[in-house]
Amino acid sequence: MKIPVLYNVRSVLQRPLSTAFTALGIGLVVAVFIGMLALATGFRTALTSTGSMDNAMVLRRGADSELSSGVGREQARIIAASAHIAAGSDGRPIVSPEVYVLIPLPRPADTTAVANVVVRGISASAWEVRTNVQVTEGRKFESGRSEVCIGQRIAGRFEHTGVGETLRFAGRDWTVVCHFTATGSAFESEIWGGNEELMPVLRGDVFQSITFRLKDAAAFPDAKRVLEADQRLGVDVHRESEFYAAQSQLLDRILRILAYLVTTIMAVGAVFGAVNTMYAAVSSRSSEIAVLLTLGFRPRSVLASFLLESAIIAAVGGVIGGLLALPINGIVTSTTNWSSFSEVAFSFRVTPSLLLSGFLFAVVMGVVGGFLPARRAARIPVVQALR
Amino acid sequence: MKYVRLVLANLGRHKWRTFLTTAGIALALFLFASLRTVVTTIAATAQWGGARRLVTLNATGIVFPLPLNYAERLRAIPGVTGVTWANWFGGRYGDNKRFFGQFAVDAESYLAMYPEMSVPDDQREAFFREKGSAIVGRRLLDVFGWKVGQDVTIQGTIFPGDWTFTVRGVYTPTDKVLNDDMMIFRHDFFDEKIGRAGIAGWYVVQIDDPDHAGRIAKAIDDLFRNSSSPTKTGTEQAFNASFATMWGNVSLLMGTIGLAVVFAILMVTANAMMMSSRERTREVAVLKSIGFPDRVLFGVVMAEAAVITLIGAAVGLGVAKVLYQAANFNAAGFLPGFSVTTGTLVLGAGIALLLMLASGLVPAIQAARQPIIVALRRVE
Repeated sequence: MKIPVLYNVRSVLQRPLSTAFTALGIGLVVAVFIGMLALATGFRTALTSTGSMDNAMVLRRGADSELSSGVGREQARIIAASAHIAAGSDGRPIVSPEVYVLIPLPRPADTTAVANVVVRGISASAWEVRTNVQVTEGRKFESGRSEVCIGQRIAGRFEHTGVGETLRFAGRDWTVVCHFTATGSAFESEIWGGNEELMPVLRGDVFQSITFRLKDAAAFPDAKRVLEADQRLGVDVHRESEFYAAQSQLLDRILRILAYLVTTIMAVGAVFGAVNTMYAAVSSRSSEIAVLLTLGFRPRSVLASFLLESAIIAAVGGVIGGLLALPINGIVTSTTNWSSFSEVAFSFRVTPSLLLSGFLFAVVMGVVGGFLPARRAARIPVVQALR
Repeated sequence: MKYVRLVLANLGRHKWRTFLTTAGIALALFLFASLRTVVTTIAATAQWGGARRLVTLNATGIVFPLPLNYAERLRAIPGVTGVTWANWFGGRYGDNKRFFGQFAVDAESYLAMYPEMSVPDDQREAFFREKGSAIVGRRLLDVFGWKVGQDVTIQGTIFPGDWTFTVRGVYTPTDKVLNDDMMIFRHDFFDEKIGRAGIAGWYVVQIDDPDHAGRIAKAIDDLFRNSSSPTKTGTEQAFNASFATMWGNVSLLMGTIGLAVVFAILMVTANAMMMSSRERTREVAVLKSIGFPDRVLFGVVMAEAAVITLIGAAVGLGVAKVLYQAANFNAAGFLPGFSVTTGTLVLGAGIALLLMLASGLVPAIQAARQPIIVALRRVE
């Protein structure tokens, strides 16, 4: 027969301080666990939401980032004529040969420190290629002018980035004419200008990448095969979404390994705490347990009951941990993405599934920590305990 | 000293509890030391830089090269005693699981500029003699099992194609902040292979006196102000510091986690100490009634807390110190010179003392103040 849960709840409430300490210890572990994974998730989400399934991205063969790529004008012309490119409302192909560079912008807090910010020179069709980009303030830049648009995440963080202000880089003044959002993706950490205006002042007569909208997203393998086989080009073709996912891999992996390492060590400490608490509970209640056994409860039920009690304490800790971690959701932070060497701003993302795994993690800690004490409870010699 | 047996007896009563609490503290301080070492290592890299070295970059950004003919003009500036240059190569080796930096450098002037990279004389000569040769950090030999004399092929990402180098030498950094997993090869070989001589990623300029750094840096930038590629010159330390800031809020993050770890373990320890003291309420009363003074009972409980926290801390901090040293850990090249500093050890010891006070004080005062009658009357 089962021992009612109420018994455990009442027992737990009998020693509130000890229970609270144990639960809080577990809660802090869960909070760190959720917090660190929220960082990794936020970073990965920002990058994976950058690329679209419907777009293909062409880089020089062997280049693993836009920075190390280079595609000449002649090749760009050949690629733009590809039959796989979707046509826009005006009948022209939706393709954007792009210039991609990093420029140092002084950080507002400490002007001796600089951040490497992406400047992307795009074609007029780029706004159609990247459907997730929305102008929030101002108007799109016009070709032939020294005008740029600035991603929402950079706009507040660096000086001279307001609409109407003048930003100086690459030895020239650029008027900021708009801010844009891109559903929280890495584009929001970029500065966009016209490719023909940026090309001569930056890296000379060469594009870094060519992105186009596929006429048929399912025909990507076909487009890839045709372009990569073309001897005149010497390029690699990536699905845009996969390219950005790959860019996030290195840092995402580092953050996750760090999260698991730190929380595993912390969890062992917290489990020790739970073991202590449960052993103390068992020994102070040994006569109670003996009574239960005398009444006819099976040792198995006693074991289950104490495991449950430990799990309840841990579950409370799990909830505390989740609540502690929740406020960091949405906080914007930034780091350098070492795969592309550029600064990316993103927000912590505490997802429901993260909260759930944090909670389950807590319960597992409770069960693991409660097992040995619960076994001792089940094996208590009745006669001795009652005496 | 005569109470030592009493303290030991108390510790030995619940051997499991004593062990688990001590181990918990050891884990927490191990973690604390590890996290803090990440912070101190990044800070040390940011501080590092030869006092007599300046770095000249293209003012437009680090990804833009400078013309190679700037070298002669830099040398002519008063106060400049040496000039060298390097290029970031950015190649991939094998499956690219383990990344390391490769640089094309002007062989003789580069090694002269960096005496911290210690290379045996014969290997140095071989490097100067042979165009396709390379010098690699000691760690790379361990990581990839390379040997001196072996050919190594790197796939270029910025400069396409397969590049084969012969490992002719191994450098050992004399300053551990300097990365020991770089590969350097000859700039003239690089120019030859890409078929366009004349670009340098950055220049390193040696000056006669650290006090002249500001003046000389300005002279350099003024010289190239109206040229096709204006420059930006700063001290090597500032250059390294700007890399360190790219980590963003890592230091804050590590600090926060460290704090959470310490708090979590405080909960666990304090809980264990309080449980012990609660179980012994009656015993303490008995000791009092047979004449033990209050301050002795206070001392005995505090001593118990001290033994647990201090042993735990010594183990945790000691293991961190020894383990990272023995494993020669550097986070796959991201954190060169990863080593637990004395400052971290002292701070860890301070935390252990705080833990001792926080977990021992309440039970100790309780033990000392407990009226005998109340304690003996209490029914378990």
